[in-house]
Amino acid sequence: MTTIDNGVNVQALLDAREVLAGAPEAAQFTWKATSKWTNGVHSQTTIQNFFGLGEERSHKAVAVFDADHPEVFAAPDNGITPIEYLLVGLAGCLTAGVASVAQNRGIQLRSVESTVEGNHDIRGILGADSDVRNGFNDIKVTFQIDADASRQEIEALVAQSQKRSAVFDALTNPTEVSVEVV
Amino acid sequence: MLERGEVGNSWRRERWDSLRLLTPNWQSRLPGLPYEGSDPDGYMTAAEVGELIARFAAGAPVRTGTAVTSLRRSEDAYELTTGQGELRARTVVIATGACNAPVVPSLASALPAKVRQLTAFAYRNPAQLPDGGVLVVGASATGVQLAAELYESGRPVVLAVGEHVRLPRTYRGRDVLWWMDASGVWDQRYDELDDLPRARRLPSPQLVGTSERTTLDLNALTTRGIELVGRWAAIRDSRALFSGGLRNVCSLADLKMERLLDTFDEWAETSDTAPERFAPTELPRPPRLEIDLRNGEIRSILWATGYRPDYSWLDLPVVDKKGHLRHGGGVVVDSPGLYALCLPVLRRRKSTFIHGIEDDARDVVDHLSAYLAGEARAPGYALARE
Repeated sequence: MTTIDNGVNVQALLDAREVLAGAPEAAQFTWKATSKWTNGVHSQTTIQNFFGLGEERSHKAVAVFDADHPEVFAAPDNGITPIEYLLVGLAGCLTAGVASVAQNRGIQLRSVESTVEGNHDIRGILGADSDVRNGFNDIKVTFQIDADASRQEIEALVAQSQKRSAVFDALTNPTEVSVEVV
Repeated sequence: MLERGEVGNSWRRERWDSLRLLTPNWQSRLPGLPYEGSDPDGYMTAAEVGELIARFAAGAPVRTGTAVTSLRRSEDAYELTTGQGELRARTVVIATGACNAPVVPSLASALPAKVRQLTAFAYRNPAQLPDGGVLVVGASATGVQLAAELYESGRPVVLAVGEHVRLPRTYRGRDVLWWMDASGVWDQRYDELDDLPRARRLPSPQLVGTSERTTLDLNALTTRGIELVGRWAAIRDSRALFSGGLRNVCSLADLKMERLLDTFDEWAETSDTAPERFAPTELPRPPRLEIDLRNGEIRSILWATGYRPDYSWLDLPVVDKKGHLRHGGGVVVDSPGLYALCLPVLRRRKSTFIHGIEDDARDVVDHLSAYLAGEARAPGYALARE
């Protein structure tokens, strides 16, 4: 049995899977963010706390994210656009999945790089054409992976990563989003 | 043996008219009843399967027209209430199978009333549906077969595709199910599989039994003119919303098929025929993500979204929260003397195929005989290998 190490504690995940299969309440997580408008289309979103395994928890450090728009949108570009954060999420989720699946399957990774491109017709959000949707028309992800594995095995890693990806699901399937004012 | 209807009831009453087995005739054998007809590579109709089972059952102690409405335990025996009276038994084998009722997603209840809905369970032939477009939901064997049949009837067809199992009908000149049998894949035991729950949930492979031995995968459907969309994820304002992950489920199925063909090639080592590989699944560019169900494009929906067992008559705590029987290789958990047969990968990958029942039945009966003879077995005893 090869002892490869991609740095993923797969055993912990497999143990968690077994325990949580019988304890659905413990498996309920709530990820949270708080946000404040700065000026114009610039806002700051802070993430530190989340709820999971029955308790409020927090990350080791506070994370602060600026969102703004670039100059072509007549804005000062104090941060990436909100929609670009989705590309961050997708890349992070799929990459983590590739590493985890590779660990589980005994495949040693040497490098994993990806490019994510979200094609977007901005007439939608500008209200210039009601037949154009607000979100992406489509997203294309390209992976370059160097690993001790055949091409077929590498393709299978990437396919399995999508199958179990939170962000992939959030983007490809409908999600209820409700917004209220208090 | 208790049978609520007639021998081979499901084959005679609960299958669509044009149904044929996925397994070739030479493979559809029962103990003492090998295929002796003139078309070994053909595929039996549902009626012919009913007749085969009736021939096999000749002389067996079957009580037909006897539905079990309750099975419970009292002291050291099982008590059954049937339409023909009460029975007691020391051992019971549940052989009702896993396909007693159709599974329909909950979003069905949100559909506009003017769109006709039918399950594969109730489907018999295209005449039951109105003219016009059909949305077939599910890309299992049933889904692809009914999509093709409805398209042939002159209706536009859209097929919603989630995870599925792709296979060629023939491989290197032989039926693909010959390979499954000969290479030993079908004999893989339940306790040797990496992910047994997943293996038990697999949809039936995309095959059809025709004399031309045509492959009926998604590419074949696209060539005929059927439109593919992703898994039906939700309905909003009478719009059906389909997953944007269609490319991935097709890649998963293509890769899985390739791995299986690799297994066949490795087993075959050398031969006079060359390995074959098949084109990746092609998709519309781009696939549609939604269909407005009010605009008349879709006049009916055919649910090919699977089946579930019905254990409503089973008054014992042996069914899990997902409605499945808790068993270890056919020995029901925590209920001595209670067994099951005819469930997916009960003991082997071939468990739910006609020829596959024999080995499972012999194993279960061995355990049952030992139980009746009073030999102690630990709870959850895994049946010994030969």
